[in-house]
Amino acid sequence: MTAFVTVSHLGRSFDVSKPWLNRVIERLPRRRLVAVSDVSFQIEEGAVYALVGESGSGKSTIGRMLAGLMTPSEGKVEVAGADLHADPAARKAARIQMIFQDPYASLNPRWRVRRIICEPVVVAGGATEGVAERLLEQVGLSAADADKFPHEFSGGQRQRICIARALAASPRLIICDEPTSALDVSVQAQVLNLMSDLRDDLGLTYMFISHDLTVVRHMADRIGVLYLGRLMEEATPDQLFERPRHPYTQMLLAAAPMMEGRSRDIDLPKGEVPDPISPPPGCAFNPRCPFAVDLCRQERPALRDVAGVRVACHRAEELAALSAG
Amino acid sequence: MTPPPVLSVRNLVVAIPSRSGTSRPVNDISFDIAPGEILGVVGESGAGKSMTGNAVIGLLDRPAHIASGEIWLNGRRIDALLPEDLRRIRGRQVGMVFQDPLTSLNPLLRIGDQLIETIREHLPMTAAAARDRAVAALEEVGIPAAAERLNSYPHEFSGGMRQRVVIALALCAEPSLVIADEPTTALDVSVQAQIIALLRRLCRDRGTAVMLVTHDMGVISEAADRVAVMYAGRLAELGPVRSVISQPRHPYADGLMGAMPSIAIGQRRLRQIPGAMPRPSAIPPGCAFAPRCPRAADTCRLDPAPSLADDPQGRAACWFPMEHSA
Repeated sequence: MTAFVTVSHLGRSFDVSKPWLNRVIERLPRRRLVAVSDVSFQIEEGAVYALVGESGSGKSTIGRMLAGLMTPSEGKVEVAGADLHADPAARKAARIQMIFQDPYASLNPRWRVRRIICEPVVVAGGATEGVAERLLEQVGLSAADADKFPHEFSGGQRQRICIARALAASPRLIICDEPTSALDVSVQAQVLNLMSDLRDDLGLTYMFISHDLTVVRHMADRIGVLYLGRLMEEATPDQLFERPRHPYTQMLLAAAPMMEGRSRDIDLPKGEVPDPISPPPGCAFNPRCPFAVDLCRQERPALRDVAGVRVACHRAEELAALSAG
Repeated sequence: MTPPPVLSVRNLVVAIPSRSGTSRPVNDISFDIAPGEILGVVGESGAGKSMTGNAVIGLLDRPAHIASGEIWLNGRRIDALLPEDLRRIRGRQVGMVFQDPLTSLNPLLRIGDQLIETIREHLPMTAAAARDRAVAALEEVGIPAAAERLNSYPHEFSGGMRQRVVIALALCAEPSLVIADEPTTALDVSVQAQIIALLRRLCRDRGTAVMLVTHDMGVISEAADRVAVMYAGRLAELGPVRSVISQPRHPYADGLMGAMPSIAIGQRRLRQIPGAMPRPSAIPPGCAFAPRCPRAADTCRLDPAPSLADDPQGRAACWFPMEHSA
């Protein structure tokens, strides 16, 4: 039980104010969009930690901060005990790689696959002889593909090239931001299976970001549910899908389309995600929550342990007793 | 006593001529949609599902064209109509909902003006009556304070609300058929569930036939009555949604179901279909799925390709459909 990645009280806000002159003339205040607010979690070595949430929940922002592509406004990220953003050497030592959603946009169209895959090795100053060929075969393509250009490949094959490029840096942590959302289901199955195999063979740690609950359930060891930049619940897949504790998680699971099908007469989710510039006071979910009381509108609930699950809900115990009784 | 179908497509072929030969992204497709029925059309990218929808409403981009086959709407043949006549049918008899609600709405016009213009274009109504109707249409799709929202511009709505406006626009002339092409793909799950429920309710209450084109089997499973699985421009399987999902007869449909991660069953290895779908310009002779099919025999690689009629149950275009013990 060693925490490889420790994220503590992570926060990130963006300045979305109008230009300076407009603010002066129109007497507007500065406006800040809080994309991530007080998020803490740990990832164990060799585990798959998944973040799920709807658009605007801050999951990609967290991923980018973990990859070192963005600096946090508050809190810190520690990888293998070293602060990622305070210590430049820690970032190098952590060997973090990222796989993005769109395999069409994340490969340079003018570079041959060999150069694309070897780039991390070149940057690190290593020997590139035969690296591309070996990695291409490892991700299920052929060594001869090294001399081709990205446009000669299909979406699924391109995502394999992205994975090969990530592996070239012999990473310890790979951050996958919606890695299969742009792929068809049969191709998605191929890529997900490949990612599972690589994890078993190489002992990789994944941080997996997705909006797709079925994919997350399939891949993750631990799942964090985000809403409006806040961690609402964190549990293992079995706990989360069999007994969701947070009303938001319950709504999300009820809304997800199910292959098994069922009558559609469940309670439909009410409303939509509120504006992150002026989030509701108290619990971010309170305007849509069927169980909200005055406390929920005043005080933001902290993430706390309830029966082995971490939940940010004032009424978690009550609701658990309610559903059990 | 089944009522006559709203839409009837017979042996539809869409061809795209090019220098290296003619490709057929839609090849010999036949299906019916009854009043009040939702037919899901599912397939991977390039399977021809959107092209089929566009062919039905005459929105094919040149040089793609309908090479043969017939399309009947409410007992009238529409595939050979003049563009002007077809334009009158679109909107009046056929409503359309596309994936991206922003591109379906004019960003410079208030949504009330867009609704009223559409209503008056198709129905003989005064401006005041059309306005009342627009309010009713917005209320029906669940937009709060509908009368005030008439004066809002599209950018003032959220994604889910915008898609509701598009659905209101598609339904305001009371069409008998709605073609919805990936209507929920750009939306979050909670909003997606609301939109699916809305489509189902409108379909049930008004008897509108819906052709729901999507790549998402989950959406099909929740929304559709019957499903058509397309592969490389052909129909692989067509049947009631529950049977196709739980007991697929075509090996491709079976592979597709196995490849989907599921919420109910926990972690297990996903079944893979080896290879990839052929491009429309390089579809092999015989059954297009044969090179990837675990059950393929020599028959499958020879012309002619199997059709739904070759299956004793009439469901799968396969020489050796899969049997399931009941």
